[in-house]
Amino acid sequence: MSLATEPKAAEQGFWLTRQYNRLTLRQRRTLMGYIFIAPFILGFLFWWLGPAAVAGYLTFHKWNFLAAPKFVGMANFSKMLGDPILAQSLKVTIIFSAISVPLGLVFAFFLANLINAKFRFIAIFRTIYFLPSIVPAVANAILWAWLFNTEFGLINYVIRAFGGPKIGWLQDPNWVMLAFVILTVWGVGGSMIIFLAGLQGIPQIFYEAAEIDGAGRWQRLLYVTLPMMSPIIFFNLVIGFISSFQVFVSALLITNGGPQRATLFLVLHIWRTAFSSQKMGYAAVLSWLLFLILMVLSFIVFRYIGSRVYYENPGD
Amino acid sequence: MGFSEKRADYIESRRAPTSYGDKFFHWLTVFLLVFFAVVMVTPFIWLLSSSLKTQINIFQYPPQLIPDPIMPENYVYALTYKPFGTYFRNTILVAGLNVIAVVFTSSFCAYGFARMRFPGRDFWFGIVMATLFLPYAVLLVPSFIVFSRLGWVDTFLPLVVPPFFGGGAFNIFLMRQFFRTIPEEIADAARIDGCSEFGVYLRVMLPLSKPALITIGIFTFLFAWNDLIGPITYLRSPDNFTIAVGLASFRSQTDISWDLQLAASTAVTLPVILLFFLAQRYFIQGVVMTGLKG
Repeated sequence: MSLATEPKAAEQGFWLTRQYNRLTLRQRRTLMGYIFIAPFILGFLFWWLGPAAVAGYLTFHKWNFLAAPKFVGMANFSKMLGDPILAQSLKVTIIFSAISVPLGLVFAFFLANLINAKFRFIAIFRTIYFLPSIVPAVANAILWAWLFNTEFGLINYVIRAFGGPKIGWLQDPNWVMLAFVILTVWGVGGSMIIFLAGLQGIPQIFYEAAEIDGAGRWQRLLYVTLPMMSPIIFFNLVIGFISSFQVFVSALLITNGGPQRATLFLVLHIWRTAFSSQKMGYAAVLSWLLFLILMVLSFIVFRYIGSRVYYENPGD
Repeated sequence: MGFSEKRADYIESRRAPTSYGDKFFHWLTVFLLVFFAVVMVTPFIWLLSSSLKTQINIFQYPPQLIPDPIMPENYVYALTYKPFGTYFRNTILVAGLNVIAVVFTSSFCAYGFARMRFPGRDFWFGIVMATLFLPYAVLLVPSFIVFSRLGWVDTFLPLVVPPFFGGGAFNIFLMRQFFRTIPEEIADAARIDGCSEFGVYLRVMLPLSKPALITIGIFTFLFAWNDLIGPITYLRSPDNFTIAVGLASFRSQTDISWDLQLAASTAVTLPVILLFFLAQRYFIQGVVMTGLKG
């Protein structure tokens, strides 16, 4: 099949071809442009706007899938305000996000600096540090449930070998959050590689110039590396925040939201509201809530942190 | 002291034997590298070791590092306890269709965003970027309602049809960034030779974008292989389960012992690690492309 269509005389060929040939160059370009991005536009309408509209409709209804949706006005919203379980799941999610995101960011940055060193076998270390981030989520959850096992887990074994106490990682509401932070930080390989690529992109001459001016290691990190890396730090921060609000698999499989709802992350709560309790209307309200939280959060991050980012080549 | 003297001093100092501070720093780096390598790798060793233990040995204290006896049978038990062959077929079907969808439609849309000029383009690209930052979790319940109305629950359709519509904002963004690095002159040459826009896309841009296409293909495959929340929401009958759902169902059954859970987990992880070693370049490239060209 030849895809090259010779622009022949405007009056020949099929109706469609004739119509096309009558268009101005500008119109043709617009038409072609929209043909190319049409899959996305259709997908956006079908799988984003459509569901969002349905969710908007359901927020004012009570629906358990079986009977027809029943109009309940603002009941779902007022329920949201006085829902202690929702408050708990928001608390859990926000605390987790506030701890794991900065910690993960610092750790990934630190590791990236380590594997940026020039050694003969550095490639092996890079691989080892990156591998945890590609373990499938379900296998990862099972692995960590086993590692944190109170009686037979490796982590408690190591702690006790050093004379520490036996910690109920997954049974004690006070410890379980730390367990989740640890398993999250173990998988920072992705952001580490992004940091590494950034570090390697900093021109060596900046470091030389700083060294000539008498800057020590610490000062070079503070005044060369950090400013040059700020767009990448910012990128990883945004990605980190968004993914910290989506914890699902580990919460479902390791602790199933427990103990005492200490790991009832927001997405798990929404999922259960919809598919265990069959409260679709309320679940729709909670989905909108998650959407709003992420919007506000992104706005704050872009507004207050994004403005401090240094761009070497602004634009584009 | 002028700059050139400073520079000469500096070069001199680089030639001089490294100071004690430098030596200390070198060994500190080596120590930390090894320390964290041990921290990172221990869970894997522990996983492998536990998966090869007998049901009695796994609860032994202090634990054995090298299992005695070694139980490769655990893998056979684990993978036949549930129909992992069926799960594997389902996963390959879903993942394969996703890869085809993403590779073709995301590059197709990306070509429009990268290389065409038309009113409204920047508006729509803004929408692409907006959906990029909106996670799947937000849409989970609303899309479930839509798909259940379409009668698609307990079929693969909710998992394989949406990717054919643009293949996800993330992949569109990635391909657009890649296309913009290809010189427009190559496309112009093809146009002069009578190539249409579709021809330029299909015969010029796609062949030149192989590394980027392989990268997004691999990431799409991995996502489908690992994804739990989509399949667990839509797939109901065990015949339709993917590997992730099958493995997750191990957890909810208390009668399955740790050694089998861990053997199955290892078996599910191994192909991913294998894929990583086969296509390391594309992995790293993919991660880097997402981070740096934003």
